[in-house]
Amino acid sequence: MRVPLSWIREYTQFPAEATAEDLMADLVRVGLEEEEVHTGDLAGPIVVGEVLEKHPEPQSNGKTINWCQVRVVPEGQPQTLTGEGIDPSGVQGVVCGAHNFEVGDKVVVTLPGSVLPGGFHIAARKTYGHVSAGMIASVKELGMGEDHAGILVLSTLGLDPEPGTDALELLGLNDSAAEINVTPDRGYAFSIRGVAREYSHATGTSFTDPAHGVTLPESPRPGRTITLNDEAPIYGTPGCDHFVARTVTGVDAAAPTPPWMAARLRLAGLRPISIAVDISNYVMWELGQPLHFYDAEKLSGAIQVRRAAPGETLTTLDDKQRTLDPEDLLITDDSGAVGLAGVMGGASTEVTEATTTVLIEAAHFDPITVSRTRRRHKLPSEAAKRNERGVDPLLPAIAAQRAVDLLTQLAGGTDTGELTQVGEPLTPAPISLDPTLPERIVGVPFGLPQVTEALTAVGCSIQGQETGMLEVTPPSWRPDLTIPESLVEEIARLVGFDTIPSRLPMAPAGRGLTEAQQRRRTVFTGLAAAGYTEVLTYPFYSAEANQLFGRATQEQALPMVRLANPIASQYPTLRTTLLPGILDSLRRNVSRGFTDVALFESGSVFLPGESMGSPEIPGLGYYPGDDTVAELQAGIPHQPHHLAVAVAGHEPGDAVGQPGRARDWADAVEAARKVAQLLGLEVEIRQGAHQAFHPGRTAQLLFDGALIGYAGELHPKVVQDYDLPARTSVMELNVGSLIAAAVGQTSAAPISTFPPTTQDVALVVEEDVTAEQLRQTVVEGAGQLLEHAELFDVYSGNGIEAGKKSLAFALRFRAPDRTLTAEEASAARAGAVDLAAARHGAQQR
Amino acid sequence: MAQEHAPAPHPLDETAVEQCVTDAIAAFDAAASIEELKAARLAHTGDKSPMVLANRGIKDLDKDQKKQAGKLLGAARGRIQQALAARTEVLEAEHAARMLIEETVDVTTAPRRRPLGSRHPITRLQEKVADVFTAMGWEIAEGPELESEWFNFDALNFAPDHPAREMQDTFFVEPAEAHLVLRTHTSPVQIRALLERPLPVYVLAPGKVFRTDELDATHLPAFHQFEGLAVDKGLTMADLKGTLEHFARQMFGPEAAIRLRPSYFPFTEPSAEMDVWHPGAKGGPQWIEWGGCGMVNPNVLAAAGIKDPDYTGFAFGMGVERTLMFRNAVPDMRDMIEGDIRFSAQFGMEV
Repeated sequence: MRVPLSWIREYTQFPAEATAEDLMADLVRVGLEEEEVHTGDLAGPIVVGEVLEKHPEPQSNGKTINWCQVRVVPEGQPQTLTGEGIDPSGVQGVVCGAHNFEVGDKVVVTLPGSVLPGGFHIAARKTYGHVSAGMIASVKELGMGEDHAGILVLSTLGLDPEPGTDALELLGLNDSAAEINVTPDRGYAFSIRGVAREYSHATGTSFTDPAHGVTLPESPRPGRTITLNDEAPIYGTPGCDHFVARTVTGVDAAAPTPPWMAARLRLAGLRPISIAVDISNYVMWELGQPLHFYDAEKLSGAIQVRRAAPGETLTTLDDKQRTLDPEDLLITDDSGAVGLAGVMGGASTEVTEATTTVLIEAAHFDPITVSRTRRRHKLPSEAAKRNERGVDPLLPAIAAQRAVDLLTQLAGGTDTGELTQVGEPLTPAPISLDPTLPERIVGVPFGLPQVTEALTAVGCSIQGQETGMLEVTPPSWRPDLTIPESLVEEIARLVGFDTIPSRLPMAPAGRGLTEAQQRRRTVFTGLAAAGYTEVLTYPFYSAEANQLFGRATQEQALPMVRLANPIASQYPTLRTTLLPGILDSLRRNVSRGFTDVALFESGSVFLPGESMGSPEIPGLGYYPGDDTVAELQAGIPHQPHHLAVAVAGHEPGDAVGQPGRARDWADAVEAARKVAQLLGLEVEIRQGAHQAFHPGRTAQLLFDGALIGYAGELHPKVVQDYDLPARTSVMELNVGSLIAAAVGQTSAAPISTFPPTTQDVALVVEEDVTAEQLRQTVVEGAGQLLEHAELFDVYSGNGIEAGKKSLAFALRFRAPDRTLTAEEASAARAGAVDLAAARHGAQQR
Repeated sequence: MAQEHAPAPHPLDETAVEQCVTDAIAAFDAAASIEELKAARLAHTGDKSPMVLANRGIKDLDKDQKKQAGKLLGAARGRIQQALAARTEVLEAEHAARMLIEETVDVTTAPRRRPLGSRHPITRLQEKVADVFTAMGWEIAEGPELESEWFNFDALNFAPDHPAREMQDTFFVEPAEAHLVLRTHTSPVQIRALLERPLPVYVLAPGKVFRTDELDATHLPAFHQFEGLAVDKGLTMADLKGTLEHFARQMFGPEAAIRLRPSYFPFTEPSAEMDVWHPGAKGGPQWIEWGGCGMVNPNVLAAAGIKDPDYTGFAFGMGVERTLMFRNAVPDMRDMIEGDIRFSAQFGMEV
């Protein structure tokens, strides 16, 4: 909301010398946040001049310029301004390229020393063989509009001022505006009336209600017939509860808008269009009541306010034909729809330059109806903005009268005295307020006088002070005041939030971080300590990226969550895997020259299951019951907590000049083991397959028999398609499930102090038996005495049958209670060999 | 190298024996290395050395003379062995010292073999904030990022058609009838905490949130917030302000302060914007907009089934990225989402 300073001064004590910044500093205290300052960007001397002489001079470039003498002081008086280029005679010689003026016209002269929008400094300068001491200004040069067809002749604005008059003041160009942010609860502050009231609250100064300056007709004549006929109210609230219409005849719709009004509208951010439109906007800005003007001669018959019929259409003022929804509220006449209620009028009854009779509509509409129509037709308008936030229901008659007055004063109109007023304004209901509540909520010991004073100041009327409970009736413009706490806010805000003391509440003894929260930190910190850099990436992916990385095979189903309004149309789905995001970060690092990268990311992925959401949503302000809440919960897609790692390039070298080891699939597997180890767990590694991975270098990660992720080298094709470094390797697992399994305490086993006995075993098995499978068999077969089995050699080739391989393990045996003999160890080893033979056909090498 | 041996003295020739001792000691002292000492040792104590040969001559002497010669030669050999041991010790010590000097390296050439990675400052800052609150006895609450509209809006007193809903720039999920959204704030965790926990409730909820903001230096479509909620008997805005001030001092130093300005949020009444006085701000101490807060709207308590009017509550929320931005002078929010290892490396394991 932009507030021109001259406008707010009309109704408040805002000082003449105060600036827009001062206004914003005051208003922020009552909750109207500052946005920015708008000015005309002009500096004087800019004055009215009378053209005394105008000599056309054709130029060699084909143009004709006018060499003019312009008197910039009243006739017979001396020039009081001084400065370089200002002629003491009061007559300036000016070269002008435009031709739309005559000798005797009053124009605006920007004298040397003045500044125009864009920091354009005016000085006397030689041009076309003359010294041009200033400029005759156009509408555009003065920042008054886009029209640069010619210079501004003041008579076209209905002005005939004395030469030398300050043109900035005359045209309202020395004004500026403060822009403030109005929160959605306070529709009334979208008006000078509302902001002026707030200024008085903020400063404790007096305020004049502009609505009080309007005099309603004492004995109006009945006007056009209007009926309110809403057969489908939303939530039981009629779409229009109150409708006022006035008729003004003899309007000169081509009359110019007075400069002061045009200037205020421009500062308010509204483009002056025509006198009728400008008056309607002006009244809306001043009072907060949106109006609509119809060309009364284009209306046929009675007006009816009703919901749209199926398939009904309306061409709105923006010349778009709109197919209406049965929920849209319409203003109609015998011809059909003539307006979308509270949002935008229709083209067929539009006021034009030819209009002479205007029907003024000032009505109060249901905010929800307006809001839905505005969104449905994507029609943001200043009218809708106010109607959606709730307009003072007592305003229609006043605003209509204000418009009648202005049409009469500025556009030559005649009030017919006709007034139609239907429906009853709905005003806010009284609220019972316990006078101790403000202190109990705010923590400031407000006395009763402070409470009543503040509420009275915002416009409430109060009864029942003697009974203990206050019956507070909010003013008509505050539909947002509905509960006692909203009154408490008004009291706190008017007394000032800066009076609130500071007190640190004592929470009961807490339990600290949960086990899962602590372990999550351990994992993150552990991975960072192991050399990985944590990254955070966007969860928005293309469906193709999810389909490639989020499932092992094409055949597998992959339900995804789709956004209705993605930020970029190529990324409409939510991530089902973290890999595309982390690979994106990896690629960015590589492209920035960091080719040795090890990253991790942890976050939610979105895996919709059978049920997706809930068709019915409970309303506001009540507990919908355990069953309903459980249903809502059940409809929320599964969002497991994943962790991913991506590596590329090399490890650092062990010594200067020594190249480091190339990172590969094993780093990805190792990362999975690390995550598990950080949680005190072990993951099982199995040979696996996943479409995004190298078919021979993919590990399935299992925990407790369940598949929790994959690790390995990416498929070379994927590496190529995604422009990644060769051999890029990744790991992703469901870390949430691991953390859940890890929660609990470790029971420590006794540590045997007896010496170990070590033996090796080499077993020859088929190529497809994995080392991990064989190791598990060895562990199982060797029994309790085996403390540890470590793979130390993998061999195939000379001496080993084709299609087979030799796997050698170092075995460490130890007993808890004695020193083992070589015989005992050998027997245990033999157990391992036997089981390996039985299970895998392994032969001892 | 062939050893030249001096002639062996007669076992009873005291002068000659003394000369042998003197020669041996001189030879040991002259040895400059362990190798030279070895040669001197062989020359003066070896099988063919004068003293050993003299010793062998004892057996040819009379019984009386044997005794005298044994005494003479035994003392002489003792002195030679002593000198040898002393010289050996000296030379070995010198050798050891020289070895250490030879093993000297340029320690600044030490390679960075297993460099640490780094935590992301956004996640680390959330942990740090969690620690501030758990130290006060608060607990850390969580909720899903893809939320039911009821938790994200209706339960928080956002009316279905109220303009406040549009201020949230919501990501909606298909189909619309599912009533699912990416949570636009961490506030739905307020409802979850109140439904899941017995009163009184003191929780902080850090987490990821989403708005349909175009990416620029101060906006990300996916970012993080922390949400605080306290519901207890007798809580007032003074408790809210005190809590925020304590928090601000942990984040920005003992001179930090909080200023509240009236505002509007559907789920709080009264509502306030909070500014923090940041004494260490880049460009000098100043007030910085930090977030929103207020007293929990009774409709929110009602949605969570809390009817006892003695319970009041306060809530607050602020952006983690924004906090990191002005706390740690991050110039551009996009740095936080790009994953450039240099960004996190500046912070290391802390923030």
